[in-house]
Amino acid sequence: MTVWSIIGAGVAGLAVASELVARGAKVQVFDPGGAPGPHGCSWWAGGMLAPWCEYENAEEPVLRLGQMAIDWWAKRTQVHRRGTLVVANPRDLPDLRRFARRTEGFSEVDDRKITLLEPDLHGFEKGLYFDAEAQLNPRQALLDLSHQLQDHGVEFHHARAPTGLDHAIDCRGLHAREYLQDLRGVKGEMLVIRCPDVTLTRPIRLLHPRVPLYIVPRGDGVYMLGATMIESEDSSRITARSMLELLSAAYALNPAFGEAEVLEIGVDLRPAFPDNLPRIRRLGPTIYANGLYRHGYLLAPALAKGVADLALDNKHSEMVDEDRT
Amino acid sequence: MKTFYGTPLSNPLMLGTAQYPSPAILEHAFRNSGAGVATVSLRREAGAGQTFWQMVRDLSVLVLPNTAGCHTVKEAVTTAHMAREVFDTKWIKLELIGHTDSLQPDVFQLVEAARILTEDGFEVFPYTTDDLIVGERLLAAGCEVLMPWGAPIGSGRGLNNEYALRAMRAEFPEIPLVIDAGIGLPSHAAHAMELGYDAVLLNTAVARSGDPVAMAKAMKLAIEAGRLAYQADPIEARDMAEASTPVIGKAFLS
Repeated sequence: MTVWSIIGAGVAGLAVASELVARGAKVQVFDPGGAPGPHGCSWWAGGMLAPWCEYENAEEPVLRLGQMAIDWWAKRTQVHRRGTLVVANPRDLPDLRRFARRTEGFSEVDDRKITLLEPDLHGFEKGLYFDAEAQLNPRQALLDLSHQLQDHGVEFHHARAPTGLDHAIDCRGLHAREYLQDLRGVKGEMLVIRCPDVTLTRPIRLLHPRVPLYIVPRGDGVYMLGATMIESEDSSRITARSMLELLSAAYALNPAFGEAEVLEIGVDLRPAFPDNLPRIRRLGPTIYANGLYRHGYLLAPALAKGVADLALDNKHSEMVDEDRT
Repeated sequence: MKTFYGTPLSNPLMLGTAQYPSPAILEHAFRNSGAGVATVSLRREAGAGQTFWQMVRDLSVLVLPNTAGCHTVKEAVTTAHMAREVFDTKWIKLELIGHTDSLQPDVFQLVEAARILTEDGFEVFPYTTDDLIVGERLLAAGCEVLMPWGAPIGSGRGLNNEYALRAMRAEFPEIPLVIDAGIGLPSHAAHAMELGYDAVLLNTAVARSGDPVAMAKAMKLAIEAGRLAYQADPIEARDMAEASTPVIGKAFLS
């Protein structure tokens, strides 16, 4: 029986492994970083399953392919289906109107409805509520996938993949760029804070003409604040400006965030192709699955299905843009 | 046709490279706009934007780096030097922000930075207000182009003060003038060209529209229309109707 070698145990690699195993294939996983952790950019993600919100500034496949993600993940990890609330300060209401025009799947909410949804949000007169959206905890999701795979007898090698593998699936993100010339890194910065004084129960997006940001509750008063989007490939540092912007957004949602404890600072690079959509390429013995950009958890299920279709059934989904076996 | 430091522009659109949904859309928008110049920001992420900058170079249009986000002369001068190295050009769009909310230019620092940079061999495109005296000072500092705002950056309000912009055109007939900032609609861009401006610089209006590729084309057509109209010497507006066909000889009294 063919053994598929998945290279890279981030969200792309683990989702591909999970999909292949679900279809009865045999797989092994290589990642020199070992268990999921801060070495991979999936660790720093927001974990929002928000295809309708993302569609505001993304192309159509993100909406269509993203919608399958919620059920795919719900079979594998805990998914919170409490929707997304999008708000803007009164002076930025044109941005809220623009956002509403560019997408679908929401209802308009006024200050009373906003207070009903999130009693700790103040000073917002209008918002958009996307009730079908969901979120997951990215770190838990990665751990859940690896445990499930191990339970299915999948071997995890904490080492670089040997060269010359026959049935390899390269899911290494930006590390694969020597084989994927049109891949680039888009810098993202995020913070994890603890603020038990504020209770928010679903992802909140705060629109702003220059720095739109979101805050995702992780439970126990812990929140993830994200994320900047900068065309830069320096993942070594967060700038003071970015940190100011992130914290100002939280402060604007509720001034009690001023008392929050900063737990973590995350900086990493999202792998992206020029149209910011994922790609599957088969070059010789290796299938490359990459370019999830800011949609790691949202599009990994569709990417995994596309890879499994190609690997097992030789079917070419829309993400396959090159096949040279 | 006026030139920009000796370089003529066949398409007087200067298009920004920020805020597009993706680099692929940016590229299509540029191709559709026929823009002669791409502006690009260097302030964020010193040195680490190489991949993106290469994409901008690959657009094969003239690159006008800017000092967006700089609040002091020192920052702006440093950024200009970096831009000269990265893009191998003497051109610099000098932007000195005086106020975070309105992004209004700080014209006092602007004049000072313009003098320092022109003395250092830069060809400065200053983002300024519509103030005539500031314009004079910038020219005295060595600038050969002026770029007054139409309205605050990203506001999309069009030409806020047409009177002042007309006065500026009249005051500096030989100087290439560019409307920089405030354009939201193609009609705004056409308006600027109809006033006799030599080019229009815009970014948000295209990048943040629902279809940047289509809006880029709309801007191109509007600028072309506005320029043709200016060259064609439009009629004066008047208070009374003026019939386009003679009435004498018609049985209008019957």
